[in-house]
Amino acid sequence: MAGKKKIQEDVQTMEVSKGTGTVMTVIFAVLALVFIFPIILVFINSFKSKLYISDQPFALPNSDTFVGLSNYIDGVAKTGLIKAAGYSIFITVFSVLLVVLLTAMTAWWLTRVKSKISTVLYYLFVFAMIVPFQMVMFTLSKVTDMLNLGNPVGIIFVYVGFGAGLSVFMFAGFVKAIPISLEEAAMIDGCTPIQTFFRIVLPVLKPTAITVAILNAMWIWNDYLLPLLVLGSDYQTIPIAVQYLRGGYGSVDMGAMMGMLVLAILPIIVFYLLCQKYIIKGVAAGAVKG
Amino acid sequence: MQKAYKKYFCIFVLPTLIAFTLFFVIPFVMGIGLSFCKFTTVTNARWVGLENYMKAFSNKDFMNALWFTVKFTIVSVISINVIAFIFAYALTRGIKGTNLFRTTFFMPNLIGGIVLGYIWQLMINGVLARFGVTITTDAKFGFWGLIILMNWQLIGYMMIIYIAGIQNIPTELVEAAKIDGASKLQALFKVTIPMVMSSVTICLFLTLTNSFKLFDQNLALTAGAPSKKTAMLALDIYTTFYNRNGWEGVGQAKAVIFFVIVGILALTQLYFTRNKEVES
Repeated sequence: MAGKKKIQEDVQTMEVSKGTGTVMTVIFAVLALVFIFPIILVFINSFKSKLYISDQPFALPNSDTFVGLSNYIDGVAKTGLIKAAGYSIFITVFSVLLVVLLTAMTAWWLTRVKSKISTVLYYLFVFAMIVPFQMVMFTLSKVTDMLNLGNPVGIIFVYVGFGAGLSVFMFAGFVKAIPISLEEAAMIDGCTPIQTFFRIVLPVLKPTAITVAILNAMWIWNDYLLPLLVLGSDYQTIPIAVQYLRGGYGSVDMGAMMGMLVLAILPIIVFYLLCQKYIIKGVAAGAVKG
Repeated sequence: MQKAYKKYFCIFVLPTLIAFTLFFVIPFVMGIGLSFCKFTTVTNARWVGLENYMKAFSNKDFMNALWFTVKFTIVSVISINVIAFIFAYALTRGIKGTNLFRTTFFMPNLIGGIVLGYIWQLMINGVLARFGVTITTDAKFGFWGLIILMNWQLIGYMMIIYIAGIQNIPTELVEAAKIDGASKLQALFKVTIPMVMSSVTICLFLTLTNSFKLFDQNLALTAGAPSKKTAMLALDIYTTFYNRNGWEGVGQAKAVIFFVIVGILALTQLYFTRNKEVES
């Protein structure tokens, strides 16, 4: 597999006849509508008064139930969503950058230097991939407390440590496919290992880096439990702010909830539509190696 | 060259290794140790041997969560993979709108578990309201709600992986099968499926581990209601830790059991499906 992970776009192995094709298009069009219906439903309900959401979610807003943007205004005030978005963006962007850079370096070294230490470390990283978060959640939050890392900067290092497993594993898979002759030539030309890595290896690893970045961004942006336990209630990210609305037993403000769901989904959809090619390719490429 | 690289351990490996040690290795080792202790914080731990494990296994909530998780995992792994494969197969036949469909089906996967949970709570409660019940009335509703949610989230993701697998099959293989007189169904079962076994391995691994470890969606959709009947393992461990004083040790023991089960499941599945992969 390693050599030809190139994904041929639109190479059809067995095409269907025109008639069947049309029927299938219609069926999938209906399915696609079913798929986006829940999101549309949340959007519609976000403009309705909270009293009419739980009982009649499938009714369109009318003059009695339409409340304009008040759900959004209420929700933002209750959850501090603007601030939460700021924390989410900060934590995701810097964690992803640091994870990608550091684990690429680590994976390269571990692949190129054959020794007992590198083998042991590699398998330790692979092992970390299957350990569920619940296994370490309590002790991890105690460690971060002790080190005073319960803030948006500290959590970046936690993500580097906890996310290292998958990222090192993925980079290592692709480093193995890079011909070593490139690096040998660089060494002969007088490059230090650091120069070799940044000038020769990293550019070649760019597609993998995009894949690793996308997978980590999807994870960190949506992560709920780790930031909740590490950051406490002082710094809420978007998922924590949304869950916070639930409050005590059964006292959910459905109006505010709908508004917040829309605001939580919107940036993701915009981002997805802008870079869907990279995201879909990245996910597919990541899986080929996994 | 190895020699030249070797000296650069501190620059290339050490930063990752420090973070990995502090935030994975140490918490992991401490977690194992604490599962044999009674404690409320890490400093007042007292050795109690296997007591926590006994309590965990005799805990009704935990056994119920384990059974619920197993049922949920079986149903969701099968349904997600079957549907995703059908979608992938159909969307590599060159029909109109293929790219738009792929884009749409993949989208839910980008939305986080908490948000997904509340989206589906609205949908499901909306339907159930006509019968005068809610999702927390009966554990059955919560179970099937989670299955629907999980399918909605993961079908598109698995579909993308299957599509990549199908597109990697050399065209000649399918052509040759056609010339040899294979029907479409025969070509599917004798050529396409064996050739995408590496995708099957990955998809089974991802759906299996994601279903078994599910937490956010569970918390947002039902939070275990009614009376913890829809709590999965991860949620049960969380509530044991943080909602029940004096049970931290039992929570940690449950977490170790959870980890062992996930590990065994993942390794067994990888072992069996890897064996079926076709070397290309």
